[in-house]
Amino acid sequence: MPEITYREAIRQALRYQLQNDERVFLMGEDIGAYGGSYAVTKGFLEEFGPKRVKDTPIAESVIAGAGIGAAMAGLKPMVELMTINFSLLAIDQIVNNASKLHYMSNGQINVPLVIRMAGGAGSQLGAQHSHSLESWYAHVPGLKVACPATPYDAKGLLMTAFDDENPVIFIEHTALYTLKGEVPDEPYRVAFGKVDVMREGTDVTIIGYGGSVWQCFRAAKTLETEGVSAEVLNLRTLNPLDTDGILASVRKTNRAIVVEDDWEFGGFGGEIAALIQEHAFDDLDAPVLRIAGADIPMPYNGRLEQAALPQEAEIVRAVKEMV
Amino acid sequence: MSQLANKPGHAAETAPDPIELLRMMMLIRRFEEKAAEMYARGKIKGFLHLYIGQEAIAAGAIAALRDDDYLVTSYREHGHALARGLEPGRVMAELFGRETGVTGGRGGSMHLIDSSKAFMGGYAIVAGHMPLACGLALAEQYKGTDRIAVCFFGDGAVNEGEFHEALNLASVWKLPVLFICENNLYGMGTDVRRVSAVIEIYKRVPEAYAMQATQVDGMDVLAVHDAVSEAAERIRRGDGPVFLEMICYRFRGHSMADAEHYRDKDEISVWRNLDPIKQLTEKLRADGGLQDAQLDSLTSDVEGVVNDAARFADESPEPPLESLRLHVYKDAADA
Amino acid sequence: MISEVVMPQMGADMTEGTLVKWLKSEGDAVERGEIIAEIETDKANVEIEAFESGVFRKALAEEGAVIEVGGLIGIIAGAEEDISKYENGSAPSIVSREADAKTAELPQTSSDPTGDAPTKAEARMETGAGAEAASNTSPAPQPDKAVSLPTATPSGRSGAGGARQRVSPVARRIAEEAGIDVRTIEGTGPDGRVIKRDIENALKSGGQSQAPARGQQRSATTTTAPSKMRQAIARRMSQSKREAPHYYLLLDIDMTAARETRAQYNAALASGDIAAPPETKVSINDMLVRAVALALRKQPEFNATIDGDGTVTEHPQENVCIAIALDDGLIAPAVLDVSAKSLAEIAVESADLVARAKGGRLRAPEINGGTFTITNLGAYGVETLIGIIQPPQTAVLGAGTVMPQAVVREGQVVVRQMMKVALSADHRATDGAQGAQFLSELKRLLESPLLLVV
Repeated sequence: MPEITYREAIRQALRYQLQNDERVFLMGEDIGAYGGSYAVTKGFLEEFGPKRVKDTPIAESVIAGAGIGAAMAGLKPMVELMTINFSLLAIDQIVNNASKLHYMSNGQINVPLVIRMAGGAGSQLGAQHSHSLESWYAHVPGLKVACPATPYDAKGLLMTAFDDENPVIFIEHTALYTLKGEVPDEPYRVAFGKVDVMREGTDVTIIGYGGSVWQCFRAAKTLETEGVSAEVLNLRTLNPLDTDGILASVRKTNRAIVVEDDWEFGGFGGEIAALIQEHAFDDLDAPVLRIAGADIPMPYNGRLEQAALPQEAEIVRAVKEMV
Repeated sequence: MSQLANKPGHAAETAPDPIELLRMMMLIRRFEEKAAEMYARGKIKGFLHLYIGQEAIAAGAIAALRDDDYLVTSYREHGHALARGLEPGRVMAELFGRETGVTGGRGGSMHLIDSSKAFMGGYAIVAGHMPLACGLALAEQYKGTDRIAVCFFGDGAVNEGEFHEALNLASVWKLPVLFICENNLYGMGTDVRRVSAVIEIYKRVPEAYAMQATQVDGMDVLAVHDAVSEAAERIRRGDGPVFLEMICYRFRGHSMADAEHYRDKDEISVWRNLDPIKQLTEKLRADGGLQDAQLDSLTSDVEGVVNDAARFADESPEPPLESLRLHVYKDAADA
Repeated sequence: MISEVVMPQMGADMTEGTLVKWLKSEGDAVERGEIIAEIETDKANVEIEAFESGVFRKALAEEGAVIEVGGLIGIIAGAEEDISKYENGSAPSIVSREADAKTAELPQTSSDPTGDAPTKAEARMETGAGAEAASNTSPAPQPDKAVSLPTATPSGRSGAGGARQRVSPVARRIAEEAGIDVRTIEGTGPDGRVIKRDIENALKSGGQSQAPARGQQRSATTTTAPSKMRQAIARRMSQSKREAPHYYLLLDIDMTAARETRAQYNAALASGDIAAPPETKVSINDMLVRAVALALRKQPEFNATIDGDGTVTEHPQENVCIAIALDDGLIAPAVLDVSAKSLAEIAVESADLVARAKGGRLRAPEINGGTFTITNLGAYGVETLIGIIQPPQTAVLGAGTVMPQAVVREGQVVVRQMMKVALSADHRATDGAQGAQFLSELKRLLESPLLLVV
């Protein structure tokens, strides 16, 4: 199987959709002539033309809203908001319109829209460019939220996003674009709401999504050398959430720890911890722990930034304290 | 692209039928009065924003459009729904929150939707629906049809960021969208003059967005009809979006909870003299186009339709509790 | 056509209104839309209008009355229409102030005629039938379940002292299923928590004979467990781990010179060159106690206690606790005022402390007056020991065994007698850099042991 980058995997899915579904078009800031802030759509304007690949003004609200309107009229737009930080300017459209129209219209209207954005920290971009707000979108009924962690997931989840009849918030992690992995050439789908057991183990379940999956994975490898067998779950989608998959793993290991880049307070880790204690209380050997980002605006300084993000060593230490 | 194109709808009649316009305005007026009564009687809950005074705009504009032209509106949209031909009984049932309502009691007064009539919804976030109009228009431009999208909003919307974003994008991409600003002089209780740097809203548009903009007497249904006909034709030709500012006045408060301390009664009575129904009635009478008997018959016809609507709503069942979680997501079972 | 005039709903949050003024008198003609009365809501004064044309026939509410939304206040009808049914016995429901709460709960005109607005609990149920059953009946106790549970005290809780034995949920469940009384199980998890493996080990060691009957029998005979000491340890260690954010610093100390000094010192004691009671011998731990006390002189911020609101008190006297293992737990009494004492005195006192601790004869200041603790498992060959701080102290030093190790000295690999120490300190009171200074002073003292003797 060819090894390609996360970026290339996303490009493959987008190109496939443009080639095979005339309802699909792409729209966003600098996705055309510039080639995309993260070079995901490089060359697409030349290949597919300005009707299918639209450069927009810097106006996130109308980009998202026009995507919603076009989806209401039967097209399948892919809207790129560049980053999750900028998506805050479109949050009225996403939350008040995209998520609710199917329900408010009593099923008459639906919004088959893919909204892509890059999220995450770690590149010293400062407080306003380092958000991990996946949980905000996952909180909203009517939205689906996918957070690919591997090139394989990136392509497969994006293909599934285009099949979906609902608005899908597709959050790529900025630190993963150059990550390489095996990805089939042919189109394939990765189901929403199914965790990927990236590594099997018996002593503790370490749960991550997006970028944090790799911290979990490295911690599990270190723990193995110290005699602790850790299972790593890659959530793939936050909404729908694979409740059964999470519970099955916790019932086996009797311990769970959730790792996320997002702020701890009110974050998604709390949701998972609550879910586990509600449904698997009698299967626990220890309280469910969270390792999350520090509850601070992200500092610019590299050492401070790393200190604010979950680290492999922290996970290892926390696991060792709970086994 | 051919399979994406919708069948062309009925062309709007070039010359308006003034009696039909009058009947529609009377229907909207009487419907809204009944809604107010039903609100006072506790049959309707939540927010209720009445359209009384502004009937000429919905009636005149929508009659000048094709049936398949998309409509998106603000939350003061009962009149637009009726003008587009949504059944009064089902609209009233929606206000009552009943299963037979246009959205089964899920939407309510502020979110009337009937996609089968291209009535794409009332929206309750000021200016939040303007980008949707761009998207609907974009889709038709993409498919290569000559359908247009028409966006109704109040003067309160024009200082929102989404107003600016939507007008700019529509102009840059020459989207087939008609923006209709219903300037009733008050954003809730705030006089537009107190919060807008440029008070004559239409004057902002040509310079800022390179878009044609005109001011229209929104109390004159024939003037509204003419302006919208002309604008729609231009947009359908592919000449890009148009902006119409309709000057009007709502005779009732912002919502039922509004005690109207911010405007005085003299002002209201001045505008009541410009009542669009009164104006058209007097004009038609003077022209000999309307006899007393005809007016009486129109009045009783409308009275009957509205009473039937209220009875239908009142007799309709509540939505079943089992339906609570239905339609959060569209899935295979939905289709 | 009779049109009832009601106290109108004038907003989503209105429950009642005051009739301020009638603008029409009985017998007046009214037009649809005409203002007939003025009312006051909690937000504003508003006018109410006639919904139909006719004659204002009857005012059913007096000016000043507070009336709930939907309450009948007047009648509009045709001049000759029969309104006798409103003539008597149909006074409006005037809201008394006392009844406010009730009216708020039960508005007369509900848009929900069936009165069955969904509750959240019901809404979550799959079917309507199940929802009714669940919301209308409180769950009945399940007798068969109750039988299998220990009846006297809930398992996992000690009977008297209130200190809670920690039992993980899964361990509790397996224990219940196997009929094991968790109070008889010693926990090996974090903070002494009984975890799944403890129950599984107990099951293995007890074989199949631990049937529920036996389990009940055992639970009846364990009234003395856990001991007061275990409870105290559990409580204090848990409190420490819960409240004190520990940081940990580890350091290797070269004890080669200290061992030589100790040998010479003990030889001097044996020969009587240093006065002391017979049989007195200085241990490595005694040297450590003195070294710690001298280091505390330099870094008094570690010779401290912290109270509930975070106030840190430094103490003038170094009362260094030494952890002593007992049959049913451990205790850490203090050697008082260490820096004022010689190695020989420390040796005598610590030997005495150990003896009295085992005999349960410690004195109050020894138990309560400690300002710093040393815990040393070197005698068991343990290399590294990271201790838990004894509240209200702010630090503990864990010491491992002294063992030969290959180290590099001046570019050469040589064998030295090394000891690993670990400082656990409360981050509320001190920071890592201070801890590092403390450890480096300790290292200096132990590696130049003459300083301990003088």
